[in-house]
Amino acid sequence: MLELIDTYWLYFLVGQYPDGPLGGLVLTILLSGAALVLAMPLGLLLGVARVSPYRALRWPTSVLVQLVRAVPLLLVLFWVYFFLPAVTGVKSGQASTMLIVLVLFDSVYLAEIVAAGIRALPKGQLESARSLGLSYAQALRLVVLPQTLKNGLPSIVSQLVSTIKATSLGYIIGLSEVSFIATQINTLVFTQAVQVYLILALTYFILCFGLSRLAFLLERRLQRRPAQVS
Amino acid sequence: MQFFDPAILQSGQYHDWLVQGLVLSLQLTAVSFAFALPFGALLAVMRTSTFAPLRAVGATIVEAIRNVPLLAHLLFWYFAFPELLPEGAREVLYANNPEAVCAVIALGLYSGVHMAEDIRSGIRAVPPTQLEAARSLGLGRAASVRLVLLPQALRASVPPLLSQTVNLWKDTSVATVIGAAEMMYQAARVETATFRSVEAFTFATLAYLTVSLLIAGAAHLYQRRYPVRPA
Amino acid sequence: MIVLDKVNKWYGDYHALSDISEQVAKNEVLVVCGPSGSGKSTLIRTLNRLEEIDGGRIAIDGRDIHAKGVDVNALRAGIGFVFQSFNLFPHLTALENCMLAPVQLKRATKAEAREQALALLERVGLAHKADAYPNALSGGQQQRVAIARALAMRPPIMLFDEPTSALDPEMVGEVLGVMRSLAGEGMTMVCVTHEMGFAREVADRIWFMAEGKILEQATPEAFFTNPQHPRAQQFLSDRRRD
Repeated sequence: MLELIDTYWLYFLVGQYPDGPLGGLVLTILLSGAALVLAMPLGLLLGVARVSPYRALRWPTSVLVQLVRAVPLLLVLFWVYFFLPAVTGVKSGQASTMLIVLVLFDSVYLAEIVAAGIRALPKGQLESARSLGLSYAQALRLVVLPQTLKNGLPSIVSQLVSTIKATSLGYIIGLSEVSFIATQINTLVFTQAVQVYLILALTYFILCFGLSRLAFLLERRLQRRPAQVS
Repeated sequence: MQFFDPAILQSGQYHDWLVQGLVLSLQLTAVSFAFALPFGALLAVMRTSTFAPLRAVGATIVEAIRNVPLLAHLLFWYFAFPELLPEGAREVLYANNPEAVCAVIALGLYSGVHMAEDIRSGIRAVPPTQLEAARSLGLGRAASVRLVLLPQALRASVPPLLSQTVNLWKDTSVATVIGAAEMMYQAARVETATFRSVEAFTFATLAYLTVSLLIAGAAHLYQRRYPVRPA
Repeated sequence: MIVLDKVNKWYGDYHALSDISEQVAKNEVLVVCGPSGSGKSTLIRTLNRLEEIDGGRIAIDGRDIHAKGVDVNALRAGIGFVFQSFNLFPHLTALENCMLAPVQLKRATKAEAREQALALLERVGLAHKADAYPNALSGGQQQRVAIARALAMRPPIMLFDEPTSALDPEMVGEVLGVMRSLAGEGMTMVCVTHEMGFAREVADRIWFMAEGKILEQATPEAFFTNPQHPRAQQFLSDRRRD
């Protein structure tokens, strides 16, 4: 097993880079991080729309969220990968396709986190902000959302973990993320399937479990020094 | 060539492929569920046990499975696991639809640990004062758990469990990676044969949407009929 | 200053406010009291439109607050409101809480707002806590910061919705002290409160409410020594027994 790691660790880590596009574990991490960051603005907007007093905003957003949550990510990935080039004429690579789909899913799940956070905030916060003369938009921007995002941080970290796991689906469209590379290595070596896939599992475990613990610690910290007072 | 030709969805060879795919997806869901639920219940009981080593083992199993993506699980069970089997067992596996079998193992375990968490949160949602009250009435531990804790815990667990079932249904799509001939596999197969991506994926989309929304609807109805009444 | 004319409000079938027609003069300190569920909080919240009314008219400074084209935010900026549960913004320091509205609503530059906020915190006795976050302050301190925050907008009217009801008894005095000094400076105030001592000493007039109606209004001496309405008599005798 050690020999295996010794020979292939770089390939596992970065794929064919620099002789080819970036791949491996680094690609997995970069894609996940980028997707979450890019999804934040959209997730915030959708989340605010989800709890909006205007039905015209609330309903379409609700429908969108229900639809996205009812279909497998893989299906959407196929749609975008096979269909988008036909519609837009632009042939996107596997990485950009994966990114687009991840951003779509992340913004929907982030929207739910934001909406739940806004609903959980005591009504008095919005009321006192409005009583000072701030508009709804100002109250959201200055009082509600800062608190929502702070309280929602553990959930956002959990969403990062979900995103990292979701990037594995890129395998199916030939994206050189870490699971794909592991299978390439397995094909090359052929006789050490158990070791190869155990290492893959362990890699994911360390990454995801580590982040989950971070989320757990953040949650604990938030409870000890509560953001809510009244 | 027409943009959308529903004809291939309604009859013929391609229609048959897609329907077979749908059937297998449903079967994978059902069989995996049948393994996942008891497995999840067992893990939940372990994790809420008063016996610390049992709790530790339960937690380890859950974290080990949960933090690895389903796709990696599928790859392991299909490519690595058979290597660990003795020759005879391996032959038996390869002779009996190994793609589906490995898919069920992976899905059952992955879904099972998520269900374990849902059941555990259901148990935790029941205030400890409930058990205290039951014990003060003179009921033994087993009776208290059976008559007071579990009914409330299960009622609280059903909505997240139904939600997890929707996830399981969607997750069967990933089994395509090891060649299980479920709906995504067949849709891609139709696409390769006919270049008609729209029709094939529309079929799959409608199928996933329908079943997901049906299960979600059931969850909604259940919550209306049996609302969680806080103590 | 504030005119209520046949104000009515329903929650479904429940008649929360019933034909309220009263006035509050400039510089007057008005205390609204009554049993729980009488509509006192609802009434005071209609004055800055935190609650909407179903009938009647409310005018502040001669202008109908429900008229078409009225800017609700501008209306609220001109009225200070102090809540029972303080509602300080926990992610901002005491000073930042007081600076937020003046800066955002362009009433002052950041520097001016800061100076003013410090002066106000000084006035409520909390200048030394300017950089503290709400979770480091006691209930009484938080409420005093809340009063400073409301005053930062320099409103001509201050509304208090049971400002001391959520406080431990030993902190009630410090908040009432601030309110007393405000009254002494001539602020127009409407206070919903159970603190009868405060009402007796500071109020110019008392409205007694029950079941959505103002059943009696009188000066404190008249009200406490010789209540007219039987419900008021009942209320005061219940209070005396505490």
